[in-house]
Parts: sequence; C-alpha cells; structure tokens
Amino acid sequence: MPILGVLASAITGNLVTNAYESIATVTVGSGGSSTISFTSIPSTYKHLQVRVFAQANRAGYDFDNLIYTFNNDTSVNYANYFLQGNGSAASSAGGTDSSAYSGTIAASIGTNIFTPSTIDILDYANTSKYKATRTLAGVDANGSGYINFIYNGWFSTSAITTITLKLQSGTGFNQYSSFALYGIKGA
Amino acid sequence: MAAGSTYTPIATQTASGSVSQILFTSIPQTYTDLILVIQATESGQDGMDVQVGNGSIDTGNNYSNTYLRGNGSSAVSYRTSNYYSFDTGIVNTTVDTIIVQLQNYSNTTTYKSMLSRSSSTASALAVAGTWRNTVAINQISIKNGSVVNHGAGSTFTLYGIAAA
Repeated sequence: MPILGVLASAITGNLVTNAYESIATVTVGSGGSSTISFTSIPSTYKHLQVRVFAQANRAGYDFDNLIYTFNNDTSVNYANYFLQGNGSAASSAGGTDSSAYSGTIAASIGTNIFTPSTIDILDYANTSKYKATRTLAGVDANGSGYINFIYNGWFSTSAITTITLKLQSGTGFNQYSSFALYGIKGA
Repeated sequence: MAAGSTYTPIATQTASGSVSQILFTSIPQTYTDLILVIQATESGQDGMDVQVGNGSIDTGNNYSNTYLRGNGSSAVSYRTSNYYSFDTGIVNTTVDTIIVQLQNYSNTTTYKSMLSRSSSTASALAVAGTWRNTVAINQISIKNGSVVNHGAGSTFTLYGIAAA
C-alpha cells in the first residue's frame, strides 16, 4: 500500500541544512541573452554549483552546446573529457579547448523543451592548484536527446571570481532560461 | 549578490515494511528545484519509476527518457519514448542509491525536465527525462513496475533548493 510523506518541519528535531547558499540567479527575459555572467563571486565558500535550466536560440538546429569560461580566460587553458549517450550509443571524447564544455542544450527541438544541467566547481578559491569541475547535463525530446557526464579542468591557480556561460553556435539563451549560482561551505 | 541558506528538507519517509508506492503530496511551490534522494532495497530487479503530477499522479505515456548506462562490462545508451514514468534507475535487492533532480518544477511555461544518477549492483546509470506537461509539479510517486516493492528501511527524502 502507498504511504504518504511527512513534512520535515513536523519531524521532531527536524533536519537543518545551512551549508548550501544561494549566491545569485539570472533569469532571461523576453529579449533573450547572448551570455550569462556571474561576477565578483565571493571566495568565502569551499565549492560552487551552477544550476542551469536553459534553451538555446539557434534557428534550424535541434540542439546546441553550452560552454563556459572562468575569469574571462579564453585561451586554450581548458580540458574537456566527457561520456555521452545519444539514445542509441555511448561515446567518449576529450582534449583541450578555449572554453569548458557543459553538454548538449535544447534549441529548436521543441518550444517547451529546456535543458537542465548542474556544474560542480570544486575548491574554486584555492590559489595553489588547477581547478576541476564536473557536469551532469541532459535533454530528452521524446525521440531524440542526449545525456552527458563531463569533466572540465582549468589550467590556472587563480581563484575563480567570474563565470561566463554562452552557446557554442547559437545567438543566445531564450526567455525563461535560468542560471543559479550556489555556494557550499566547508567545515 | 544576495545569499541565503537553502537545500531544505521538505519531507522524508522510511518504509516500515514492504510497500508498493511512496507518495509525496502538497509539495510547496516556493522552491526553484527539487532533489529526491533515494536509498532503497527492493524485492526484485526493476526500474525505479518516478511519476509526477498536479493534484493527481500522471500515469499516462507522457514521459520520455534518454539513458547512459554502464553495466560492469560495457557502456550503452538507449531511449524510451512515450513512456509511463521518469525511469530513474535500475534497482534490485541490494542497496540502491538514486538522486533525482527536477529543475524549475513549479514553472507553468515549460515541460518538466529530470536528471538522475543511480548506482546499484545492476548498473551505474544516468538518465535525462522529460514530462510533456507545463503544469507545476506538486505530487511525486515512486514505485517499481507492478510486482516489485520497496523494502523495509528504504528511505526517500525530498529537498527543495531556492534560487536567490
């Protein structure tokens, strides 16, 4: 038999979580937006997470690719390695590039199809080591779609203070796309 | 930049015995994303079906899924179209862990998207899914096909993440 949920607030000694904080959010308006930037990111957290829900403006193409850079660095200082499924086969590829790759994103595949993606940026404020991220992203359009599991490296010891997201080919992000930046505290 | 604590537990359930379905209802609309964390044992091998709805659970063939799976010997990708659920994982009688993300679950403009990662002795699996409905989600059901039950001690926790 089914059982019903119990509101957490009703649990004696209910769980308290305060290590995960919302830092900033951008929601794209009716005119669209070519790039999304988070600037002046505080260095007071241990890790960052970017949560994306987006659709690309790319006429005539079902999909596009989401890419991003740190601190406006557009040199070939990024490593991208990914495992991808397209619904019929799994594949993997990797190499260096001038941006980090964050997976396939819906474009003209359907008006109501948006792509979720989560990007974990670990130890982003550390100035002694290169930075590493991981991404889980996927889009399904009932007959087509992709799922991506991605590693990105940034060959820099600088603390990350700016994140810029954009499309590889399209003109920008469509209305209702949203990008939220969160900070995760360390002990 | 604004900042505020989030990743808030909304509800949690622990199966006290063998149950066929876990149901979360009256989910508040005050968050941006939902995270469902499942650690379960099941009475057999099956898919972990997550179904959603507004006021009632949609059990129609209005879902679709794209999969990336490793089974211990190879990696494969496949798809289920016009399916009856978000097919979030392949579970069995050992402990199975599944994390399901429902992003922008309360908007009334777009179809709803799901990302899941699961692990069990049956597979390591990632799934992207879509529910072809623009209504806000305020109910979630978790079950396994028609004959497999959630075992006693299985836990299901729903979190909300609110954007600034």
